[in-house]
Amino acid sequence: MKKLLQQALPPVDSDAAPGRDLWPAVKQRLDARSDRTQSISPASIRWELLDLALLAGLAAFAAFLPASIPVFLYYL
Amino acid sequence: MRNEPSSVLNEFRQGSVDAFETLFHLHQRAVYGWILRIVRNPATAEELTVETFWRIYQARARFEPSRGFEGWARRIATRAALDWLRAMQHEQESPEDFSVELAAPAFADAAISAEIRRKTALAFSRLAPKLRIAATLVVVEEQPHKEVAEALGISIAAVKLRVFRALRLLRKDLQQQGITP
Repeated sequence: MKKLLQQALPPVDSDAAPGRDLWPAVKQRLDARSDRTQSISPASIRWELLDLALLAGLAAFAAFLPASIPVFLYYL
Repeated sequence: MRNEPSSVLNEFRQGSVDAFETLFHLHQRAVYGWILRIVRNPATAEELTVETFWRIYQARARFEPSRGFEGWARRIATRAALDWLRAMQHEQESPEDFSVELAAPAFADAAISAEIRRKTALAFSRLAPKLRIAATLVVVEEQPHKEVAEALGISIAAVKLRVFRALRLLRKDLQQQGITP
């Protein structure tokens, strides 16, 4: 079975090397990531409807039951 | 793979791109070779080498310099290759692509016809990726069980079990096609 497999899938040359220097491609991804990170600001975050609904619910809860605020903060 | 000064490892962990570049150039070839053994396609191996080093940089905070870079990089490379194999298993229309880029065996056995080799490669490509990786590295590439176990993040016994299951399934598949290994 081993012989058959090695005939069907010849082992890779131990000296195999990439055909080009891959550092530029890695560097490009790193740079793209840092650009993305810099471009994210609180104002640019898209608030989904569910987020706004949760926020409104929390605000209403705090308004009607202000005593719950310390308890809520404790469990945050 | 080569050893690197601990200062480079510590700087890399702290996010130094220069240290990362040093490590990249020290390990690029070995990581590429390891991935090529798994995916068996040079262009894909290049892409996955870039992906691996990207993941390595992303995960630098979890790196422990005392344990060395080589094994850690190999483990991430194996994970990236496994993800690719899994994605390909869903997308691939023709499993013949599996070994298309690699050269034919240097010493082809006359008793094993090209047709049998093709059917064997096809049957092998139908195995589950985690079984295929273990069998490729241990049986085809003859890598030590210990290295394969570390790369896969499993025990040596689990590697042996995966290889055993892979060969059993492969034998069964080939027998159904009238080939007796």
